[in-house]
Amino acid sequence: MSAPAGVVGVFGRLDATVAAIEALQGRGYANYRVYSPVPRPELAEVLKQKVSAVRLFTLFGALFGTCFGFFYAIATSLDWPLITGGKPIISWPPFIVIGFETTILLGSLITVGGMFLLAGLPKLGRAPGYDPRFSDDKFGVVAFGGPAQLAEARELFRTAGAEEVKDV
Amino acid sequence: MATLATPIAATPVHDQALPTYAETTRDVIATLQPPGRKYYVGLGFVLLGLAFGAFGWGWQLRYGLGVTGYQPPIFWGTYIACFVFWVGIAHSGTLISAILLLFRSTWRTAVYRCAEMMTVFAVMTAGLFPVLHLGRAWYAYWVFPYPNFRGVWSNFRSPLVWDVFAISTYLTVSATFLTMGLIPDFAAVRDRAIGWRKQLYSLLSFGWKGSDREWRHFGRMYLYLAGFATPLVLSVHSVVSWDFAMAIVPGWHATIFAPYFVAGAIFSGCAMVITILVPLRKAYHLERYIQVRHFENLAKVCLLTGLIVAYAYGVEFLMAWYSGNPFERASFYNRAFGDYWWATWIMLSCNVFVPQLLWFKKLRTNLSVLFVVSILINVGMWFERWVIIVTGLSHEYEPWQWTYYFFRWPEIAILVGSFCWFSMWFLLAIKFLPVVAISELKEALPPPLKAQARR
Repeated sequence: MSAPAGVVGVFGRLDATVAAIEALQGRGYANYRVYSPVPRPELAEVLKQKVSAVRLFTLFGALFGTCFGFFYAIATSLDWPLITGGKPIISWPPFIVIGFETTILLGSLITVGGMFLLAGLPKLGRAPGYDPRFSDDKFGVVAFGGPAQLAEARELFRTAGAEEVKDV
Repeated sequence: MATLATPIAATPVHDQALPTYAETTRDVIATLQPPGRKYYVGLGFVLLGLAFGAFGWGWQLRYGLGVTGYQPPIFWGTYIACFVFWVGIAHSGTLISAILLLFRSTWRTAVYRCAEMMTVFAVMTAGLFPVLHLGRAWYAYWVFPYPNFRGVWSNFRSPLVWDVFAISTYLTVSATFLTMGLIPDFAAVRDRAIGWRKQLYSLLSFGWKGSDREWRHFGRMYLYLAGFATPLVLSVHSVVSWDFAMAIVPGWHATIFAPYFVAGAIFSGCAMVITILVPLRKAYHLERYIQVRHFENLAKVCLLTGLIVAYAYGVEFLMAWYSGNPFERASFYNRAFGDYWWATWIMLSCNVFVPQLLWFKKLRTNLSVLFVVSILINVGMWFERWVIIVTGLSHEYEPWQWTYYFFRWPEIAILVGSFCWFSMWFLLAIKFLPVVAISELKEALPPPLKAQARR
């Protein structure tokens, strides 16, 4: 059997999970992953998470949507210049409705696309250390590293209050 | 039908103590167990109603629109009333899921999934009506802006084209919002399922694992989607209202229409959420999650929006009188005391008088009362749309235009069919989608902590 690539700590308590992460950080670990059934602010805080870059996709999507809506309405009106109701061919007020809707539509879809890209979804295959209990009621911390680091991580997890520690 | 790994029964709950994470997963996933006989009987009735609707439509296609009650100048009647009604029903879903998310109202977690599902299915129902009310339905695609050999594009100055954009955007965004919120829940179901269901939920969950990286981006994406959905929901019914308000028909041409329609939409949508949740909660033993306080909050939203609607009715009548415009005055006099007095008074009774019962805590916390009130509100809201459309068109400027429209059996068949179409999707969905948001319910619970203080 090959040497384990990582160690998983299965935790039933949030504060124990936070303690395990703090302990890992205290020993200088950088290569670890945390699984949880719910997003918790305590975890985001201890992991010192930066604000997601999804917002850039949102901004781009919304701006692109606005431009697209106006361009579409204007270009097609010029392509078939038929005056109706005595209104100008390029009538801004009604085109705002189209521009507004495409802003929302493309902004939303590109935001979702950005999330998929940044979160690495769809994720085919297995994630090392993932346990089905992590989508139910357990928290998981997976530490990766060499044999010495993993031995230390096992000890840290047990001290922090892991219900189970296993190799992956 | 394949089942979950272990047979799960919902906890018989009359105990209102907070559930644990594991109990939440178990109880919500229990709703996905293979259905019983009552479910199939219900589905059978719904399919029968749908077949009746399809038959009505087939008859109309075969013999033309003459089989309906349409006659010049009334070519918008029951079908367009149904369209506006169903778009309105869709509104509470986004209100509850997006607007209340931005307001950080935690009570939404118990009811929002159901409301979102309702939104998507209601828009899917509404979307049928512009096609159903066409004599030659096979030309429906002409409303979409697409390059064609004649170089003719749709007229972007027309509110009907705005409507195409608004409704398609609303369907796409609300379906996206629903699907995205379901991803973590699909992962929870996947991890507890076996057989073909495991394969299905693995695909639907996009391989979600709940890692820190995934939650970080997911949380932001969800927040921004809510940010987009909030102005969208307000815009969609405004655009629908402009289908009427941009015309010069007396009774339609009013600037109050957009807020009036939005309030009415949320009013009817919340009432529909109550109508659906009362039996659903009982059937799937979800009393521990969908509590009486959730219904009470929905009732309060109904009361508030009902008051806005009542105010709008008052403003319409007042402005018809105050404007001094004889056509407006005649139109509103006709609405209240003319041929359609009965429809107007059904509307006023159900939308203005009945919701006043919700001022009383004892009544708004009684689910039987609330169920009946919610049905009456929806009857009233359907009639509101019918009254606006039919009384407006039947009493325009010149006496030769005055006529009397009344629906005939194909319209009734299609109305019944539309309710059955909506119910069919809902019944199918509750067996495939968790009806309560598992991960968000857990988020609202206190997290499990060690008994003793850390360190």
